[in-house]
Amino acid sequence: MNAPRVNGVVPALTAPRRARRPSVAEAVLGSGLRVIAVRKAGIPMAEVRLRLPALSSRATHPARVNLMADAMLTGAGARNRTDLAAAIQALGADLSVGVDADRLLLSANVLATNLPRLLAVLADVLGGATYPTSEVATERERLVERLTIARSRPTVVAAEELALRMWGGHPYAVDLPRVEAVAAVSAAQVRALHAALVRPHEAVLVIVGDVQPRRVLDQAARELAAWTGTRDPVRVPALPQPGGGPLRVIDRPDSVQSSLRLGRPALRRQDERYPALQLANLIFGGYFSSRWTENIREDKGYTYGPHSRIDHHVLGSVLQLDVEVATEVTAPSWLETAYELGRLATLPVTQQELDSVRQYAVGTLSLSIATQAGLASTLSSLAGAGLDLDWVLTHPARLAAVTVEDVREVAAQFFAPGGFTAVVVGDAAAITTPLARLTSLDT
Amino acid sequence: MPRTLSSPTFEIVHHTLDNGLRVVLAPDRSAPVVGVAVLYDVGMRSEPQGRTGFAHLFEHLMFQGSANLDKLEHFRYVQSSGGVFNGSTHVDYTNYFEALPSNALERGLFLEADRMRSPRITAENLANQLDVVKNEIRVNVLNRPYGGFPWIPLPAVLFDSFANSHNGYGGFEDLDSATVEDAKDFFARYYAPANAVLAVAGDLDVDGTLALVEKHFGDLRRRRAPRRPSFAEPPLTVERRATHEDPHAPMPAVAVGYRLADPVGDLDAHLATVLLTEVLSDGDASRLQRRLVQRDRLVTDVAAYAGAFGDPFDERGPTALTITAHYPEAAALDRILAALDEEVDRVAEQGPDGGELERVRTRLASVLFRELDPVISRGLEFAKFELVHGRAELVSELPQRLAAVPPDAVRAAAARLRDSGRAVLELVAGGAA
Repeated sequence: MNAPRVNGVVPALTAPRRARRPSVAEAVLGSGLRVIAVRKAGIPMAEVRLRLPALSSRATHPARVNLMADAMLTGAGARNRTDLAAAIQALGADLSVGVDADRLLLSANVLATNLPRLLAVLADVLGGATYPTSEVATERERLVERLTIARSRPTVVAAEELALRMWGGHPYAVDLPRVEAVAAVSAAQVRALHAALVRPHEAVLVIVGDVQPRRVLDQAARELAAWTGTRDPVRVPALPQPGGGPLRVIDRPDSVQSSLRLGRPALRRQDERYPALQLANLIFGGYFSSRWTENIREDKGYTYGPHSRIDHHVLGSVLQLDVEVATEVTAPSWLETAYELGRLATLPVTQQELDSVRQYAVGTLSLSIATQAGLASTLSSLAGAGLDLDWVLTHPARLAAVTVEDVREVAAQFFAPGGFTAVVVGDAAAITTPLARLTSLDT
Repeated sequence: MPRTLSSPTFEIVHHTLDNGLRVVLAPDRSAPVVGVAVLYDVGMRSEPQGRTGFAHLFEHLMFQGSANLDKLEHFRYVQSSGGVFNGSTHVDYTNYFEALPSNALERGLFLEADRMRSPRITAENLANQLDVVKNEIRVNVLNRPYGGFPWIPLPAVLFDSFANSHNGYGGFEDLDSATVEDAKDFFARYYAPANAVLAVAGDLDVDGTLALVEKHFGDLRRRRAPRRPSFAEPPLTVERRATHEDPHAPMPAVAVGYRLADPVGDLDAHLATVLLTEVLSDGDASRLQRRLVQRDRLVTDVAAYAGAFGDPFDERGPTALTITAHYPEAAALDRILAALDEEVDRVAEQGPDGGELERVRTRLASVLFRELDPVISRGLEFAKFELVHGRAELVSELPQRLAAVPPDAVRAAAARLRDSGRAVLELVAGGAA
C-alpha cells in the first residue's frame, strides 16, 4: 500500500519554515559536572534533567538503586520529608527521581524565576539526602507493593521475559528488582549507595526554559559548588548478541489477550546506516500508517495497536515489537507479523513509502523539540549517548539522503523473522496448539 | 500567590462562520509547528440507552474515510506531512486533533472539514472498528489489573440516571448491536458545524488562516445544534457502598466519589474544590500523603481529583470529586475511610494552613502553564474552555482566578464534602497470591 498522492482536492504543503536554532551555553564545572543550558521561552518555566550513570553488574544493585530512587526525597540536610516537599511545591516545582539499568535521572520543572532556588534544593538532595530509617522502611514496603502490582500486568511480565531471554546474565536482563531482594535492603545500604553513585563526575545537567543560558551556567556553578566526587569505575560485561530461538510461551490462564514481544539488537544512532534502519522501522510498524498497523489493525481488527520501535541503551540499541492481540487470533497475528517482517526483509519498499516515513521522521523530530520538556528530555538522553543538539539539527539531512536501496540493505539484515527473540504471554491452553502449527515453541 | 507570577498571554482571535462553527485562533510564531483541534459537543453522557460506548465507537468511525478520502488516507495525509493525530471521547465532548509542521496547516484544516462534511460510514468499517474497539477495551480494562478503575464502575454507584452512570467504554452486547443507521443518525444529530469548536494554535497568520477556514468549512451546510438536556442530579444525602471484583488485581483498592455541582455555573466554588484536591493529595507535603502513606502506612498511594479522568475543567455538571487508594490489607478499609474523614474534617474546621494554600496554587499555576507548552494541547485547551466554559480566554485567566480564592472558600469546599453523601466502591482483589 502506498502513501496517497495529492489528488487535486487535498491541499499541497506550502514552503516549510525552519526552526530557529536556540541559544545554548555549555560548561564542565570543576567537579566534572557537565551543564547544558538552552533558552526556550513561551511559558515562564524551566525544565531540569540531571542524568547520572548508574550501570552496575552487582547482583544487589537493582534492588538498592530502586529503593534509593524512591527514598531520595524523604529528607535532605535539615529538612524532613514534608519540609522538602513543601519547599519544592512553593517554588511552583516538581522534582522526581527515576532509574533504569543505565542511569539515574532527576527530573524537575519549576517557575523560571525560581530556578536558582530549585538548584539549591537539588544541591541539598545530591549532597545531603538523609534517608531516615523509618522513611526508607515506608518506601521499601511501597516498592514491594508496587512491584507486585506491576507484575500482575501481562505487559510487564512479557517485557521481563523478553529481557531475560535476550540478555541472560547481563545487567540489562533485569528491569525491575525482585521483591525478596528489595525486602532485604537496609537504610544503611541505601545511604552507602548514594555516597558511591551520586557524584557529579560524568553527570550531565540539562536546563531548558525561559532562562538566559549563560546566567544559568553561573547559577548552577554557584548552587552546586559543594557537590563533588567521582564514582568508582565499574566493570560491566559486553552485551550478548541474542539471535532468535523458539517462541517462548508464558501461561496466563484465561487471558483474553496475548502479549507478543519480539526483540533483536539494532544499530546505534552514530552508525551511518542508522537513518535507513530508523526509516525501515517506521515503514514496518513504527507509525500508524505502517504496514503492520494497516494489516493487523485496520484490515483485520486483531489488535488495538501494534508498535515497533528502536530503544537506545548505553551499551547498544534494540529493535523491539510489541502487540496485544485477542486470544483467538494469536496464531494468525503471528503469521501476519512474520509475513510483514519477511516482506520487508526480502522485497524493496516503494519510493512513496520512503518519502512518507522520511517526512514523518523529520516532522515528529521537530515537534519533539518544540516544547521545553521535550527538548530537555531529548538533550538529556542524547548526552547519555555522547550526542548533542547538533545531532538533532543535522539529522533531517541524514534522513533526506536515505535511498530505497539503503532501506533494502538494512531491512535484509534487521527484519529477517528468524533473527528475533520472541515471547508471548497468554492463555497457553488456547494459543499453544495453533502457534505450534506455525513456529517452534518453548513452552 | 507571588506577584511576580505572570501568566503567558496568548493572543486569541474569535470568529463564527455562518453555519455556526465557532473558531478560535491563537497565533505563536516561535516554532514552525501548528495544532488543529476540533471538539464536538457530544460525549459519553449523551449516548442513547442500549448504546453504551457508542460515542467512542463513533469517534473511531470518524477516522475511516470521508467525503474525498478513502479509508487509511486520513492517517497517511497527516503522517506523510510530518504530523501526528488522535482523537478522544470525553464525558461531555469528543475531540479530534493534529499537530503538524506549519506548512501543512491548510491540509490539516481540509482533513477536519472533510470529515465534518461526511464521514464514510460503511458496514465493513463498522465491523473492523468494532473489533479494534473491543481490543482497546481488552487491553485497557478486561486484561489489565485495575483496568477502568474507578472511572467505569464508580459512576454506576455515585449517580442514578443512565446518562451519568453508564459505562462509557460500552458493553460488548451494546457495541455489537450498533448499526450503520445508528452512526448516521448520531452524525446527523450531533456533528453539526454549529455543535463544534475549531481551534488552531501556533505558527499561523490570523487573516490567512481565517480565509483558509472559510474556504474549507464555510460551505458546510448549517444544521441546528441539538438542545443539550439537563443532566443534573440532586445532592446525594447518604453513603452508598458497593464492591467491584477485579480478577487480575493483586491487592485491594478503594474509590470514594462525591457529587459536585455544575463547575461552569459557579466556577469560583469549583476552583476552591480543585485547590482542596491539591491540598489533600498533591505531593509528599499534602494531607492525605502524610496521613495515609507516611504516618499510618495504610496505603501504597492515594490521589484526590475532580473530573472523571482527573481534568477538573473537562466536564459540565454534574461531575465528581474522587479519592482513590491502593492498599495491601483488605481489612484496613474502615481505618482508611476513618483517617480520610478526619483529614477532610480538619480542613473543614480549620481551613488550610498558612503557607499551604500559597504553595498549592503556585504549583497548580505551573501545571497549567506546562499544559500550554505543546501547540496541540494549547489548541485543545482553548477549544475545551470555549466549548465547556464558553470562553477560551479563561485558560490564561485561571492563575489569577485561583489566586483570588480565599482560604475560607477551600474550608467551605471541605465542609461540603464532609456534609454530603458519597459512594464508596471497594475493589476486591481476585488476583491476590
